[in-house]
Amino acid sequence: MTALLETRTVSKYFGELRALSDVSIAIKAHELVSVVGPNGAGKTTLVNLLTGLLTPTAGEVLFMGESIAGIGPVRLAERGLVRSFQLIQIFPQLTVAETIAAAVVSRQGKRWRLLAPLASDHAVGARVAQVAEIFGLQHRLARPAATLSQGEKKLLDVASAFALDPRVILLDEPTSGVSTAEKHGIMTTLIAAAKRAGVQSILLVEHDMDLVAAYSHRIIALAEGCVLADLSPAQFFADPRLIESVVGKRMG
Amino acid sequence: MTRAPAAIIIVAATIAFALLPLVAPSYYASLMIPFFGYAIALLGFNLLFGYTGLLSFGHAMFLGFGAYGAAVLAGVLGIKSFEAVLFAVILLAALAAVPIGLLCMRYVGIFFGMLTLAFGMLFYSFLFKFYHLTGGDSGMRIPRMNIIGLEFAHYNKIEFLAGPFYYYCLALLGIAAFVMWRIVHSPFGLHLKAVRDNPRKAEYLGVHVHQFRFAAFVISAAYGAAGGAILGFRIGLADPELVYWTQSGQLVFMAVLGGFSNFFGPIIGALAFTLLQDQLQSLTQYWRFILGAVLAVIVIGFPGGLAGLADDLRWRQARKSP
Repeated sequence: MTALLETRTVSKYFGELRALSDVSIAIKAHELVSVVGPNGAGKTTLVNLLTGLLTPTAGEVLFMGESIAGIGPVRLAERGLVRSFQLIQIFPQLTVAETIAAAVVSRQGKRWRLLAPLASDHAVGARVAQVAEIFGLQHRLARPAATLSQGEKKLLDVASAFALDPRVILLDEPTSGVSTAEKHGIMTTLIAAAKRAGVQSILLVEHDMDLVAAYSHRIIALAEGCVLADLSPAQFFADPRLIESVVGKRMG
Repeated sequence: MTRAPAAIIIVAATIAFALLPLVAPSYYASLMIPFFGYAIALLGFNLLFGYTGLLSFGHAMFLGFGAYGAAVLAGVLGIKSFEAVLFAVILLAALAAVPIGLLCMRYVGIFFGMLTLAFGMLFYSFLFKFYHLTGGDSGMRIPRMNIIGLEFAHYNKIEFLAGPFYYYCLALLGIAAFVMWRIVHSPFGLHLKAVRDNPRKAEYLGVHVHQFRFAAFVISAAYGAAGGAILGFRIGLADPELVYWTQSGQLVFMAVLGGFSNFFGPIIGALAFTLLQDQLQSLTQYWRFILGAVLAVIVIGFPGGLAGLADDLRWRQARKSP
């Protein structure tokens, strides 16, 4: 099976600084792939290359067989690749319904309807209700996003991305800033929602080895800009030196 | 704001404005003409500021496009119909906003503000220095025009302004507000608000951030020109002072005074400012000082402006009587 999202021998330099060198990874359909690595390993650069923000110095970044190098977030979203952010990104003054509707409007190609009342657009309304229900936000529809709990904000951030009907979603530390008690709940909701929404693959960028172990089908470890390992969780966690190089020496 | 009280307030305000020329001295009715002009301009200004998050410090330029456009079309070219002039200046301002918008859209925050200020001052200098074209500091005359094809020749200027033209402008404000209401409640309006709140996130939801800022700029220019044409018509003159940067500041003041987070805030701000300025000017020569103090109090104490204050009071009432 061909890859949905892949990099082929990608290198990225910032001046003299080598952020990534010769990175080739591939994410196929029906996979949840985790990218792990210590700070400075090149995770953020990889994310920015995969989301069309950066153009690689060498190599190719492909989504469904087409180059997405530097195409930017809007066109990327149109092609079916979306992301959530490590730091929660919401629209503070918009309600939950409006936040999801913003994505639905993009998806349904209604953005240039200048004079049509949004409130009476049933196609948008129905889809908003559906997405909110998947994420358990159906009782929060009229609440301004700024008034939600941290966990709910995180869900809303991802829910709005899901509303674009993506094929692939990139989750950048989806449980950062969320309490330990909430994190498994959020991951379970996200993965269940992804299945229901027809998302084919998930790329998870994560520090938390607990989550990586619990949910990944495959683990890609980065270190100093290179792919250190690309293994199944069983193989990965069988190698203590590999774990140590990724999470660093355990403190205490 | 829920729908029912908003509708009641709109109906009550419309009735009050419809009755005003019948009960108040004609001075007050003609004083309302600049209110109508500013209110229309501010509806556009606030699409950019309150809904898209871009603070323009050069918006008086578009008032100038409206007034000078009317002076050229009616005074130089002899067009008699105010509707034709209004339509033309709206179109011209929107066209003129295209190159300016394309240059300004790359910037946000203070850089956007300074760039719009710079364009405003460029236009002001042009009006001021190209005397043979624009009349320099004495401006250009705007002759009286027909409205809805009627001349109202037997009305003197004050009667005309306080009577037919008053109702005409009231209707224009109604149309302008209705169209703007539709814009901010449309899918397009939702994307503007997304751009305002978080442009980075908005892009990832498929929002064309630059294009939408640009579109809001062009629409706000069109509204500004319509307001400017009304302001110029009232005094019969396109005056370079209308374009000076203090006028742009005055627009910002009105939006803040009324409350830019509320749809009706700019209209309330325009009304409050017009009445306040009129009363203060007749009371004291230090009226600017008092206006400045009012602005400081609003910004510090009531950041929601007058509209926000009204919302607060209603909210407290609702809490008292469960």
